[in-house]
Amino acid sequence: MATEEHKVTKGWADQDHVGEVKSELLELNMGPQHPATHGVLRLLLHTDGEIVYKVTPVLGYLHRCAEKIAEGVNYKQWVVYSDRFDYLAPMCCNHAYVTAMEKVGGLEVPERAEHIRVAVAELSRIASHLIALATFGLDMGAWTPLLYCFREREEILNLLERISGGRMLYNYMVPGGVRYDIPKDNWVADVLDFITMLENKKLDDYNNLLSYNKIFVERLADVAVLSKEDAFQYGCTGPVLRGSGVQFDCRRDDPYSVYDRFDFDIPVGLGEMGTVGDCWDRYMVRVREIEQSCRIVRQALETLPDGAYQSIELKKIVKAPAGAAYSRTESSKGELGHYIISDGGQTAFRNKVRSPSFCNLQVMEKIGVGLMVSDLVALVGSLDIVLGEIDR
Amino acid sequence: MEILTDLFRKMPGGDGMSDQALLITGAVVMATLMFIVMALCAIIFTWMERKVAGFIQNRYGPMRTGRWHGWAQAVADMLKILGKEDIIPAEAHKWLFMTGPILVLLGSLLAWAAIPWAPGFVAADLDLGLFYIFAVSSLVILGLLMSGWASNNKWALYGAARGAAQMISYEIPLALATIPVVMATGSLNTQDIVIAQQGGIWNWNINPVHNPFLFIAFVMYFIASIAETNRGPFDMPETESELVAGYHTEYTGMRFAFFFLSEYANLFLVSLIASMVFLGGWWAPLPFLDGIVPPAITFIIKGVVMVFLNMWIRWTLPRVRVDQLMHLCWKVMIPVSLISVVGAGFWMILFNQV
Repeated sequence: MATEEHKVTKGWADQDHVGEVKSELLELNMGPQHPATHGVLRLLLHTDGEIVYKVTPVLGYLHRCAEKIAEGVNYKQWVVYSDRFDYLAPMCCNHAYVTAMEKVGGLEVPERAEHIRVAVAELSRIASHLIALATFGLDMGAWTPLLYCFREREEILNLLERISGGRMLYNYMVPGGVRYDIPKDNWVADVLDFITMLENKKLDDYNNLLSYNKIFVERLADVAVLSKEDAFQYGCTGPVLRGSGVQFDCRRDDPYSVYDRFDFDIPVGLGEMGTVGDCWDRYMVRVREIEQSCRIVRQALETLPDGAYQSIELKKIVKAPAGAAYSRTESSKGELGHYIISDGGQTAFRNKVRSPSFCNLQVMEKIGVGLMVSDLVALVGSLDIVLGEIDR
Repeated sequence: MEILTDLFRKMPGGDGMSDQALLITGAVVMATLMFIVMALCAIIFTWMERKVAGFIQNRYGPMRTGRWHGWAQAVADMLKILGKEDIIPAEAHKWLFMTGPILVLLGSLLAWAAIPWAPGFVAADLDLGLFYIFAVSSLVILGLLMSGWASNNKWALYGAARGAAQMISYEIPLALATIPVVMATGSLNTQDIVIAQQGGIWNWNINPVHNPFLFIAFVMYFIASIAETNRGPFDMPETESELVAGYHTEYTGMRFAFFFLSEYANLFLVSLIASMVFLGGWWAPLPFLDGIVPPAITFIIKGVVMVFLNMWIRWTLPRVRVDQLMHLCWKVMIPVSLISVVGAGFWMILFNQV
């Protein structure tokens, strides 16, 4: 066990006058049942006291064969499984899947459906980022922001419940549109009210309580810096990539749906508190993305066109012509892509998912080395992984 | 103690008691009383902590158990804990594992002996009272280290190592912060310290006009006391998001309850010491109130206010990292405490307060 990597330490045991003292790194299993691993992630740590010398993520505790199931159920049925990828932002996952399916099947989507999709996906993104803030605060020992963020998330869940009938797993989008039209009970106005409230008041609360808190900043500034090069090498996307100062967002750089019609900024890590790409930058990108998502929701709902919300009947079985298509979308965690191969039938021949959390998690092996155990918790929190998406 | 012995003398058959018998009876009564108070405060403060947390976090906290605002929640918790299976891990060091929680509880319980509740009402009226309190509360560290080590669990070991390092370090500023008060009073006796602060809020040791260095010492004491009780932003030994549950990961049932009890007893203890040393003990803020409010009540109210401050901080701030904690102690708090000791001395000489 005590091999090469331990030679970097110059602890008391390495000095001559101590003599032959056997010393080895401590093997520590963080997870699969651990409060800070955001699900059933297992991290195999090799530590020397508080310092971590090696991090090995061990995956697969939440594997549910979602990709294999796609070969057995038809296109419409599989929307249910896409919900269960990133269960914190299911609308984004729905959106990713139906976009790919429509591309391979060549389906038309009505304008109205596209606007509704963008609005609910962005609401879902806000909810997911709120959870990211909440649990990150919890990892840092701040309990109270958790409850505040969940209070706002509750509002979003209520809104999404009214439009889709589900609170956590919506199963809302279908190939060729959305399952239900916008409810008639003032839903749009309620969403706009909520967005205004969130933008004007609640975000300041979070910033005052958590983001600019002295202890919080001290904990996160200059910790676990992910350089731009490393982020490219490991294929990081989403807030993790943007935290490292790269302005890349599929919504703007490879527009899908109707995102090219809306006006929004892409926040990046600026290194305000330390180095570009530290934990605080990754955290702050999410806070600022909430604002931008609010802007998109407002624009999408204010310019909501009339018309149909589905292009094909729900009862109809969807078939795709033989062929293959890859489409990538920006989920709340990063680039969520589907590669669907069709053999002309009503089920996919193969559906390969490129999930953002899976790629983002890999950087732990590189930048997790040399951190303290407490910083490792901060790193896991700042990557904002969801195990449902990693193990699929 | 004198009050008690007088009381026993007046009781029927009390005349014939020898001094030694009186002493032993008084000690037994006081010890029982202290233990009851401590258990009660653990029960009340767990409930209070939940309500304070609920208040801060925009929710209610317990509302059902016992009808009125869930007042019986802590009682129900204790009953549940009593009914739990007592597990000793197969690979644990059995004797250390069993004695650890007892030492932790003992450490916090012993210190209660020197707390002056009211004039003359103190279990042990020691000349070195303050010194005694800090000395016996060090037992907690030993118990914590023992239980963490004996659990044979890596997370528990981490928690114990962190906890021992933290508590040993923070005892220094904690004790140093009380030295200016000892200098001002000229005594380590806990009763004398309180008596010296008679006469309203402006005579309390905290008054910055009287001696600003004593106020600095109070701030240092307060921060160190949070760290000493392993709470708030300094809960290194537990750090539920990092070390699972820290040193008491493997404990169940009554042994776990001992840690629990000790945490809240310690919390109240340091708050009572703060109110005794800096906030005028049993003296009311305005002199005319002294005759109206019983001194013990005044004393307890001050302690509870300090406990509330402690809880407020715990539920607001994020946690510091373990190295930042040590940095804060050795490079900031100890120098500042030393300065407050020296400064208080100079101030006393300059303004003839000796």
